[in-house]
Amino acid sequence: MTTDIEDLLRRGPAGDDPAAARDAAATVATRADEMGLIDVAYAELDSPLGALVAAVSAKGLVRLAYENGRRDAVLEDLATRVSPRVLEAPARLDPLRRELDEYWDGRRKRFDVALDLRLTRPGFTRRILTAATQIPFGEYSTYLGVAERAGSPRAVRAAGNALGSNPIAIVVPCHRVLRTGGGLGGYTGGLQRKEFLLGLEHTLGS
Amino acid sequence: MALPPFQRFLDEHREPVYRFLVAAAGAQEADDCFQETFIAALRAYPKVRADSNLRAWVLTIAGRKAIDAHRARGRRPLPAASPPEPAAVAPAGPADTELWALVAGLPPKQRTTVALRFVGDLSHAEIAGALNCSEDAARRNLHEALTKLRKLRKETP
Repeated sequence: MTTDIEDLLRRGPAGDDPAAARDAAATVATRADEMGLIDVAYAELDSPLGALVAAVSAKGLVRLAYENGRRDAVLEDLATRVSPRVLEAPARLDPLRRELDEYWDGRRKRFDVALDLRLTRPGFTRRILTAATQIPFGEYSTYLGVAERAGSPRAVRAAGNALGSNPIAIVVPCHRVLRTGGGLGGYTGGLQRKEFLLGLEHTLGS
Repeated sequence: MALPPFQRFLDEHREPVYRFLVAAAGAQEADDCFQETFIAALRAYPKVRADSNLRAWVLTIAGRKAIDAHRARGRRPLPAASPPEPAAVAPAGPADTELWALVAGLPPKQRTTVALRFVGDLSHAEIAGALNCSEDAARRNLHEALTKLRKLRKETP
């Protein structure tokens, strides 16, 4: 009836409950942040358009994405393209959370958080997205308009692709770019979201 | 294949590492060793090869932290009056508290070897890597520890 000592050892010691491990892991994240060891701090934010995944680097906001079941993919992409030192640290996203809350309430027309555009390809793509950031709240431009402003008036289709690759939704307002003639064009988050944002900003006079 | 985001690595390994540290360093030291293990892992993380065995890697760090904790504490015996709280549910039967008290009395390297093998489920080669010794030495260490434990169990009524 004696169980072998090796089997008993495999059962592990007492006092190893999962809650203790979870708490200890949360403390790791807090301490890592204090020590400046988090290269990419992220959090999930609620919004009228569903959950958002937000991530900041030391330089600023590097990613704001509609979650849409893509949380893991977004984090993997950050690990590969920015740094694998990606940790959940909601406090680091507080300034963005505040600005977004004001935006959803109609009390904010311009975002002040610093941006880190490193996930946009330098050159044409970055020029297009920079052109989009200059479209004010309540106004819109066209694919042709941003292409012209980026110095490539003939690259209208490429401008659409560049806007579609925007890593910082909402804050880099690619939703303010429409088709010439007023068609909505495309939107990576889905056209309903684009319509919602334009409605929130009273862009189309409704 | 790329390294997973550190948060996922932490989520995946926090429970086995914690369990290992309770076995290797004791319930009272486990928390501090856990912090030191994952902070050290985070520092080194960007340089880890993406195809390495991350579980063995982090347990290796944890094993060294457990031995460091013993050294820092010196050789004074553990206060016998503070048995750990019993776990709510152990994975495959109840924990044998008496047996683990005997393990806690082993020399640090033997205790860590036992914990790496049976709680961490590392191979002899991985244990050798963690403790900077040959595979033979790791085997010998483990064998000695088990012999000692079997003997001690017979002596306790």
